[in-house]
Amino acid sequence: MLLIHCPYCEEMREEEEFSPAGQAHIERPLNPEEISDEQWAHYLFFRKNPRGLHHEMWLHAAGCRKYFNVTRNTVTYEIMETYKMGQEPNVTASKEGQS
Amino acid sequence: MSNSIQVESPLHHAQLDQLIGQSNSGGIILHEAALLGHLNLRGNSQDAEFLAGVKEALGVALPITPCSSAKSTLAQIMWLAPDEWLIVVASGSEYDVEQKLRSYLKGHFAVSDISGAQTILELSGSNVIELMKKSTGYDLHLDSFPVGKVVGTTFAKTGAHILRVSEDKFQLVVRRSFSDYVWLWIQQGSQEYGLTIV
Amino acid sequence: MSQVNRIAGSSKRINRNRTLTFSFNGKEYKGFEGDTVASALLANGVDVVGRSFKYSRPRGIITSDSQEPNAIFQIGSSQATTIPNPRATQTDLYQGLTASSTNGWPNVNFDLMATVGKLGGSMMPPGFYYKTFMFPQSLWMSYEHLIRKGAGLGASPQQSDPDSYDKMHHHCDVMIVGGGPAGLAAALSAAQTGARVIISDEQNEFGGSLLCSTQQIDGQLPSQWVEKTVAQLSDMDNVMLLPRSTVFGYYDHNLVGINERRTDHLGEHQLQSTRQRVHKVRAKQVILATGAHERPLVYGNNDVPGCMLANAVSTYINRYDVVPGNKLVLMTTNDNAYKTAIDWHQAGRQVVTIVDTRKASSGELVNKAKQLGINVIFGHAVIEVKGGKRVKGVDIAPINPENHSVTGAAKHFSCDTVASSGGWSPVIHLSSHTGSRPVWKDEIAGFVPGDTVQQQHSCGGLEGVYALSKVISDGFTTGAVAAQAAGKGEGRYTGQLPKTTDPQEDVSMALFHIPHVKKTSRAPKQFVDYQNDVTAAGIELANREGFESIEHVKRYTALGFGTDQGKLGNINGMAITAKSLGKTIPETGTTIFRPMYTPTTFGALAGADVKHLFDPARFSAMHKWHLDNGAEFEDVGQWKRPWYFPQPGETMQQSLERECLATRNSVGILDASTLGKIDIQGKDAREFLNRVYTNPWSKLGVGKCRYGVMCKEDGMVFDDGVTVCLEENRFIMTTTTGGAAGVLQWLELWHQTEWPELEVYFSTVTDHWSTMTISGPNSRKVLEKICDIDVSNDSFKYMDWRAATVAGVKARIFRISFTGELSFEINVQANFGMHTWKAVMAAGEEFNITPYGTETMHILRAEKGFIIVGQDTDGSVTPQDLDMDWVVGKKKEFSFIGKRSWTRFDNKRDDRKQMVGLKPKDPKFVLPEGAQIVFEKNQSIPMTMVGHVTSSYYSACMGYSFALAVVKGGISRKGESVFLPLSDGTTVEAEICSPVFYDPKGDRQNV
Repeated sequence: MLLIHCPYCEEMREEEEFSPAGQAHIERPLNPEEISDEQWAHYLFFRKNPRGLHHEMWLHAAGCRKYFNVTRNTVTYEIMETYKMGQEPNVTASKEGQS
Repeated sequence: MSNSIQVESPLHHAQLDQLIGQSNSGGIILHEAALLGHLNLRGNSQDAEFLAGVKEALGVALPITPCSSAKSTLAQIMWLAPDEWLIVVASGSEYDVEQKLRSYLKGHFAVSDISGAQTILELSGSNVIELMKKSTGYDLHLDSFPVGKVVGTTFAKTGAHILRVSEDKFQLVVRRSFSDYVWLWIQQGSQEYGLTIV
Repeated sequence: MSQVNRIAGSSKRINRNRTLTFSFNGKEYKGFEGDTVASALLANGVDVVGRSFKYSRPRGIITSDSQEPNAIFQIGSSQATTIPNPRATQTDLYQGLTASSTNGWPNVNFDLMATVGKLGGSMMPPGFYYKTFMFPQSLWMSYEHLIRKGAGLGASPQQSDPDSYDKMHHHCDVMIVGGGPAGLAAALSAAQTGARVIISDEQNEFGGSLLCSTQQIDGQLPSQWVEKTVAQLSDMDNVMLLPRSTVFGYYDHNLVGINERRTDHLGEHQLQSTRQRVHKVRAKQVILATGAHERPLVYGNNDVPGCMLANAVSTYINRYDVVPGNKLVLMTTNDNAYKTAIDWHQAGRQVVTIVDTRKASSGELVNKAKQLGINVIFGHAVIEVKGGKRVKGVDIAPINPENHSVTGAAKHFSCDTVASSGGWSPVIHLSSHTGSRPVWKDEIAGFVPGDTVQQQHSCGGLEGVYALSKVISDGFTTGAVAAQAAGKGEGRYTGQLPKTTDPQEDVSMALFHIPHVKKTSRAPKQFVDYQNDVTAAGIELANREGFESIEHVKRYTALGFGTDQGKLGNINGMAITAKSLGKTIPETGTTIFRPMYTPTTFGALAGADVKHLFDPARFSAMHKWHLDNGAEFEDVGQWKRPWYFPQPGETMQQSLERECLATRNSVGILDASTLGKIDIQGKDAREFLNRVYTNPWSKLGVGKCRYGVMCKEDGMVFDDGVTVCLEENRFIMTTTTGGAAGVLQWLELWHQTEWPELEVYFSTVTDHWSTMTISGPNSRKVLEKICDIDVSNDSFKYMDWRAATVAGVKARIFRISFTGELSFEINVQANFGMHTWKAVMAAGEEFNITPYGTETMHILRAEKGFIIVGQDTDGSVTPQDLDMDWVVGKKKEFSFIGKRSWTRFDNKRDDRKQMVGLKPKDPKFVLPEGAQIVFEKNQSIPMTMVGHVTSSYYSACMGYSFALAVVKGGISRKGESVFLPLSDGTTVEAEICSPVFYDPKGDRQNV
């Protein structure tokens, strides 16, 4: 069971209060009608499944009802950071590789 | 509305009024603060005009620190989210307060009357911390949950907004449809301490 | 029987003033308060406590702790209170306790299976399960029958558990697992910084190894230091002590699961108290002070009752005043175990000899044993035990551990007890739970916790620190360090350390498997895992057959599969594998331990979340009325909705027919409060609706209602409902009952993540409103009586809504219809729901207003071909598949959710499953919902299935049965026949038709 920092409530809360909401930073194409079926399918169905750092969305369902982003290590379950919707992660796989 | 209109709080069927005085040795004390006015307010806490409007309407500044609460003679306000608050007012005054808010507020905001949607249960007593520990995973230590703080969290298998009224007194805002479950849960959890209804 | 093995002794851990009577396998015995079932049985001289799983060999008690593989009992006197498989070594004795062996059929002392030639054993080589599964399955069935009956793995209770259980959450700075010397020291030092400390221990009292130790601390018995320390901790407000509390799991982000046994030691079913309580502790820092388990040596016939762990023997002597035999042979690889021989000798019984596998040792304990006149033989080992139901003697021979050989003639010694010690294994289980890989340490010949991402510390025996003075100082240091890491104190313990003098010890030998004169495969069985009868020969065979990874060896041999999860045997098994493969132990590696550390009852895991608290039941404000009026209820999500309202003597079908006819012919009333309702406010509310619904919302006027369908981005229908325009920028959206929470989250998701620029807010008002739908030709007449507005068709049209007062209560009335009849949906604040409902019922009395439930609602809407999302759709159905293209906006500017996907190739196929009506040829036959549909009746099996029935009823109003179904290309197949092969072997025929059966022009709702 994870302990997750809600960036809106600004404190750590039990995993029970949250629902996972899939991969983060997927943007809806602005011009759905103009892109190919293949491109649309990528947006719809294709998701990363990394071993290691992953950026995912969570919903603070029992708390403030806000969606936010989590950078989590899928192997160790460590949460490196949580950040508000619209913000970019500070910890990324490429950054971590460099350090 | 005429006097013959029967109004029933979410826990009406539990007939708590008939349990008052049945036991007074309980380590858990329960009171339903029934039939209060509840308003849900949405707005932008970065918007100075919005904040000023609320302050004027309610006589107290909107609590914008996460998980905080505020109180005036008119209303008690609980922070629910960065753009959402619960305003609890005297029974029957919800319509007037809603209209007052609408008249003071400009721009993008929302007010919903949710007085029928929820009830407030007050829990206190010498074993109240134990009962709360059975019910929620939130840390109840005064360092993490000081008086006046309000947290939206899980309560048994449902959710609640919990306001710490004093060191050993909590207010639970629970949804109407879940209130019977919460009542059953409190009875179960209080068994070893005894339950007093006031 | 008297307690033949109970000596005078002076242990304070048992209370000789309180004698307890208990029964084991039907015989009565006596023990004392403070005993475990195991210590009491040993006191009574009971040798055989069970039979082995595979070979059916008699087995005795080996350990005094959680490692116990043999004394696994069925405890409890009734089918309600019986518990399968607790370890006798960890079960506190209480008055009247009833225990029996779980293994052993027909009984432990006369075992049929052993008599008939070790039936299971010869038939079950290692890899038995795998090999059997490779062969015809029918063979497995017959084996399985035999194994289950013969092995007996404990029986589940047949009646419901009378006890109550619950859970509690805690938060602390420092959680200490283990209340031995290291844990107690750590707790004291952490607590003195002011940190919030929780310490738990699985035993009935704190002290761990000190409870059976004789090594003085501060010049006193170690138990006195324990008492003083526990008293100090108890006095501190910031400390919580949890004895009888096993940490069963260590989970991510420092969550510790603890099962506290609160009344198990008092007897069965204690009224008015919680039997077991699970504590979920979220700790900033965790200190594991779980100590070490002694490791047995693997030698021939090492399972004969009387073969025990050396430290267990000491524990029984020092803690329980029980000497489990008369003549002891001790085999050891280390100095430490000499204590056992000294304890035995001092208890006044005979030590036949100490057999030390090392060439020599001059440690203090060795010298002390010699001074006491105990015979010590170096460079030898017990290679074989003689005896059946009890050890009768041993063969001792010189060995060469380097090449695993016996180097000289064996000599026989008679004895009744063999204690062995192969050194100690740190109890790394919990540290492994979070995925940390243990690391082998040659110095201690054991694994210690490896790197971890948890905020975790370990100290004492778990780190391979065994000398008591070092264990204690390690505890004090670790407690201070952990507290500092949690933000408390300076990270140093500055108090006085208790004084204790450790005996000087010589180096131990890393030895696991004792050689025999014969090859391992021919030698008497040398057991590694007693519970699964895994032998050294079995492991070597597995290795020869090509199983080299320790994980494969485990699964092939069942090593570590028992309820002890490999506590006793795993390290020996790994060592034997390493030896046989010519690798080192670290190269071989270890298997990973997972929760539970020891078996935990289902009751504890379920806690109080049982029966009516298993799942919250949600009720509408009118629920009491429904109950009083005899409703049967249906679960819709967590809601309890009236299903139908039977009158006395009615069958369900009769009720439904009455309710349907009353609604179509006069007026019915439905409690629709459970539908989700979302208050949508803001200047961009309309635009938002345009984007999430398939149909357009730009022109919906104030005072109007509109039905809408929502799709997921893949184009599939996900929810539907009516949305009402309250004001220019304010709407109330209704959702399905089950979809309410999901739809709100869906709206928030899009708003928060994709379109935050849209000025709109969503608030749930589901619970605020009580909603009652009156439906039927007389519904207007009912409403007129109690309503203050003109509800005539001219001023209040179909798909309008009006604010009004109903029965004196402010209401919103929506003129919408899910039955196809003239209908009004009355919404009032829920505190007035019951009042209004009763007023409507009273007003409707003259029209025989009939309450109906979800089932009648389903029938009436199906007659109209109205879908129910989740019943007629399943997440693979587009609006086009539903023949509902009319609900798709063609001119909407924004590419609303779902739209783009409809042009994907697969969604354009004309042979997609499409919604149609079905009319069975037999008008009385109701097709089963879910029945598969085929085009050709006479096909060979497997038939080509082309669809299925989604909704099916008998219509009292129309006088025939009908169904909704999805059929491949069904929309263009109307009039054709399809066939439904049913599960009873019959095939029925039906005709594809329009899904709108009743009032296809829709006149009735518009009157």
